Amino acid sequence: MSKKRKDYKGVAVCAPVTIPYSRYSLRSAQWFCGRSIAALIQAAQIKKKDLDGFCISSFTLAPDSAVGLMQHIGASPRWLDHIPMGGASGVIALRRATRAIQAGDAEIVACIGADTNHVDTFRNTIATFSQFANDAVYPYGSGGPNSSFAFLTDYYMQEYGTSREDFGKLCIAQRDNALSIDHAMMKKPLTMEEYLNARLIAEPIRLFDCVMPCAGAEAYLVMSEEKARSLKIPYATILSTIERHNAFPDDPIQFRGGWALDINDFYGQAEITPNDIDFLQAYDDYPVICFMQIEDLGFCKKGEVAEFIKNKNLTVKGDFPINTSGGQLSSGQAGAGGGYLGVVETIRQLTGQTLGHGVENAQHGLVSCFGMINYDRGLCTSAAILARGG
Amino acid sequence: MTTILPTPKRKDPVKRTRRPSMPPGNRSREAQGLAAMAASGRFALQICDECSKVQYPPRQVCSECLSDQLEWQDINTGGKLLAETTLQHSNDVYFRDRLPWRLGIVIADAGPSIVVHLAEDCVQGERVRMSLSIDRAGNAAITAKPEKPVPREEDDLQLREMAFDPKDRRVLIVDGKTELGLELAKAFLKAGARNIFVGHALPWRASKHLDAIMKLDKVTVYPLDVTDSDSVEELASMIGDKVEIMANNSYHLRMGGVLDRFDINTSHDEMEIHYHGLMRLAAFFGPVMRSRGADGHHGSTAWLNVLSAYAWINNPSLGTYSASQAAALSLSQCLRTELAGGGVRVVNTFIGPIEDEWYQLAPPPKLIPATVAKRIVESLQRGLEDIPIGAVAEEIIQRLAENPKEIERTIKL
Repeated sequence: MSKKRKDYKGVAVCAPVTIPYSRYSLRSAQWFCGRSIAALIQAAQIKKKDLDGFCISSFTLAPDSAVGLMQHIGASPRWLDHIPMGGASGVIALRRATRAIQAGDAEIVACIGADTNHVDTFRNTIATFSQFANDAVYPYGSGGPNSSFAFLTDYYMQEYGTSREDFGKLCIAQRDNALSIDHAMMKKPLTMEEYLNARLIAEPIRLFDCVMPCAGAEAYLVMSEEKARSLKIPYATILSTIERHNAFPDDPIQFRGGWALDINDFYGQAEITPNDIDFLQAYDDYPVICFMQIEDLGFCKKGEVAEFIKNKNLTVKGDFPINTSGGQLSSGQAGAGGGYLGVVETIRQLTGQTLGHGVENAQHGLVSCFGMINYDRGLCTSAAILARGG
Repeated sequence: MTTILPTPKRKDPVKRTRRPSMPPGNRSREAQGLAAMAASGRFALQICDECSKVQYPPRQVCSECLSDQLEWQDINTGGKLLAETTLQHSNDVYFRDRLPWRLGIVIADAGPSIVVHLAEDCVQGERVRMSLSIDRAGNAAITAKPEKPVPREEDDLQLREMAFDPKDRRVLIVDGKTELGLELAKAFLKAGARNIFVGHALPWRASKHLDAIMKLDKVTVYPLDVTDSDSVEELASMIGDKVEIMANNSYHLRMGGVLDRFDINTSHDEMEIHYHGLMRLAAFFGPVMRSRGADGHHGSTAWLNVLSAYAWINNPSLGTYSASQAAALSLSQCLRTELAGGGVRVVNTFIGPIEDEWYQLAPPPKLIPATVAKRIVESLQRGLEDIPIGAVAEEIIQRLAENPKEIERTIKL
């Protein structure tokens, strides 16, 4: 292990905001970014010029980058980052922004994951996702992420004997969590029967294993604890973070993510164990990837998730709360916003600002992200442990 | 065992014909290298010259040692099926029209994991063999089939999309008065063709090959003179909407170069038959074939040109013939792009000298027409695009790749 990493002391994560989701929108990504920034300013009771750093993630901002957005919204930041890492962006933005605050390069950084969704947006995104996808995946049935995750799910189920019921338990718990969230796309409870018999999409994946692409945004602010206190806004602190790209390239098919590579460093930096985690926000574009996170983040051994969750209640009121606002599976996937959802919900839970139910007496929340199926597997993983702050 | 291919039914004239659509066609420059391998029937991936790592998907820099010396080399077609799925939903019109669609991910013996189109009988965890073919959009596609061939695997509807299988299709053989025409008719029938239409020109000239063709089952002969627009148009108006494979085997070989002749009559005939003949056939048969590229499981699929290997490099002993073949090759590339809009592929075979009266003075090796016909039909079944047939054609490819100036100066019969 290389030299010990600097801690994240003195940094506050706060002002969780969500621009309500809609299945389709005529608005642009610039609108969703701009409205997120307005909401952040409102939440922190600051002025636009007080924001001197921005960290932006969006698929649909193109051809603009974060730079063009600055002119669009009339901001002149001294620190700007554009993170094109899809689902993994939320925590990675947190990592970047935190160091900028610690180094004094910026005083308040707005981190925003925002995307619009026109009727053809999703198709255009997956049809031009990456060179490898264009050359070697999309021409094979054009299923998009459904077909890639069908492979991973098929392999995982065969390898570890996981059943559809096991995945169903998670999806149903998440749906339960979403019922108290106004902007969630899914409004009705989900039964096991509905889950198991849903329309086949790409065997073994059925309808309720898939997220619904939508328009929306998730955003938060990063600043010093001192600044947060002076602004009198509740905040969470950061105990540990990790990121990893293209982990385990020699695995013939993905059955684990980069978390498994970095787990010791992750809990080592936080100086706590998985037992101390009060809730988990796991990236959930498909349930199989949640299962991988539960294993790779050390809650149980590889292949034992089904056993691990068997006697657990996964809802926000339960003893192992996962995706307490319903996750993307029930709220919808607002493009790159999906990568920020977990961070935003974690801040809400740890600062008592939940939109729905809160996890009782939560002290530590773990948020984990995953993104970018470039060819046959997701390449980016990230995770953070946040703690209740001031 | 593969599900039996449904036999073609008489077409309901009131029913709308399914319009052709294409699978996604965007490919990087690197991936076009795979199309070159597929076109010629090879199963090759990029291998790093420096560290020998096999790369997939195609790229410009080695994922192991960062070398840019990546060469396309034939690799073992074997692998193991790691996972599979059957798509019931697709974001692309072409695939939506053809759901459900089976896909797999294979760990190749050569190293990389490869997303493949999956034949019906493949089983997860078992061994498969992979092949490269050309999809409807003209791009390379990798398919996995069970390691041991199963009965009727050519009936698999997905595989049929990536091949030009004559089974249950109707074929027009342009020239029935040559031995190759006869052998093609036999080979297509053996491959399960539904009907064979055979053209014949110059009624005053008897042909024992045509006589033999007329004795075959499922064969109908028609007057067809590719040097006569009216003749081509008339036949197209009769059977144009039934031709699913065009086999243009027009053939008019006369020895000689430029300085041996005092007029252009021979050259004119060669151009009329090989070049303008192709153009006339394309003008009258091309549009309807293009419109029927997605007409059920038996829609039009391939336009085959039987060209000479001397289309690539002029052989002065057959100077004007070579030139007319080069002209036809060039025109076929234009036709390839134009027919691609309907998903109909142009397939060119390049043959060396064959055993016939016109090649009398050519020394061996010479090809037996039956062998040529067999290779042609096999190539259609495999979905190849550019097919050299015989040792002479193979040698010309190698010599052209090695030193085009050398072969230009020394080529002879």
